[in-house]
Amino acid sequence: MASLRDIKNSINSTKKMSQITKAMEMTSAAKWNRGVMNAKAFVPYMEKIQEVTVAVAMGSKGINHPMLQSRPVKKTGYIVMTSDRGLAGAFNSNVIRRVFQTIQNRHKSKDEYSIIAIGRVARDFFVKRGINVDLEIVGVSDQPNFESVKDITSSTVGMFSDGTFDELYLFYTHYKSAITQEVMEKKLLPLTDISTTSKLTAYEFEPSAEEILDVLLPQYAESLIYGALLDSKASEHAARMTAMRNATDNAKEMIKNYSLIYNRARQAAITQEIAEIVGGAAALE
Amino acid sequence: MKTIEVSVVTPNGPVYESDVEMVITKAQSGELGILPGHIPMVAPLAIGVVRMKKNGKEQDLIAVSGGFLEVRPDKVTILAQAAEKAEDIDVERALRAKERAEQRMRDQKVEDIDFRRAELALQRAINRLTVTGKQ
Repeated sequence: MASLRDIKNSINSTKKMSQITKAMEMTSAAKWNRGVMNAKAFVPYMEKIQEVTVAVAMGSKGINHPMLQSRPVKKTGYIVMTSDRGLAGAFNSNVIRRVFQTIQNRHKSKDEYSIIAIGRVARDFFVKRGINVDLEIVGVSDQPNFESVKDITSSTVGMFSDGTFDELYLFYTHYKSAITQEVMEKKLLPLTDISTTSKLTAYEFEPSAEEILDVLLPQYAESLIYGALLDSKASEHAARMTAMRNATDNAKEMIKNYSLIYNRARQAAITQEIAEIVGGAAALE
Repeated sequence: MKTIEVSVVTPNGPVYESDVEMVITKAQSGELGILPGHIPMVAPLAIGVVRMKKNGKEQDLIAVSGGFLEVRPDKVTILAQAAEKAEDIDVERALRAKERAEQRMRDQKVEDIDFRRAELALQRAINRLTVTGKQ
């Protein structure tokens, strides 16, 4: 049996650990709040740009924009969104596992695909396995604003336009609620699955539908990436918050168990001491 | 006087919402004024100032950096990648951006892609300063 002092040490270190996890839970909770607010603020823009894009792309006949057309696929790009840091439960491993399985099911050769890694965890994983990582972005802030990710989104969309990729898929974690997040796969480009249920407005175009699509489609694709990033960030903080709460709860449980063992050991020591005194007194008589 | 609802939306959230008599924007094909009851229209915007006319005079100025104008008979929506009301503009920052862009344009050759970028940055900075009236 461990000595009294050993148990006391374990209790103290577990207590300290629980203080740290508690603090991390609280910071994550604050970031999570902000993250959800950012994602909400983006919704009106996304809805509107989607509405206009659909109206322009569907409403005008005979338009052949490269971003709307499937072409023979020689190379596929996978955008993978993870976090830079761990300690977020299964958040990163869920995304990476999904991407890895998808790649192995779809491709035979390594030349057929490459990765655009957002977040240190994704980059490290794919680089370690010798998979091509064309573009890597680490150190995205916890509350990204549109300007700060403009470079990422425009270079990604640019890689489709210049023919580096013939297809782009987006893998990210969709935020459902504080306790459920779901890995999503979205085909980003070409935009073949644009459709709508609402009534289309017939617009006049100034100067022409083609020229508008030239500007609108890249912006739309960029907004999709940005939206996914906000979604992913909200999920990350929610996942980390949950993971840290579980860690704190586990630490409390451990402290309880250790305290029980400690009290038993202390009682045993006292009992033994009394027994020794009684024994000593009996020997003197 | 008849009014039309205007909203300016950016990825970071809505910036401006109001009922106005006229919206004056700078589209890529030229200046464009929208009155209530306009036919539905879509046009890409240039970097420029959006002016809102209320009570017979131009009242609210918004600096818009690229994006779109969507017009419906009863509503105008401006989808911009960045937009700021005059009172929200950080003048110091715009001035710094202007100097930086000018410096870059001196260093680069005209045919460089960076030159074009610097040019756009300069336009945005000047646009912001125009709106605040500190140009």
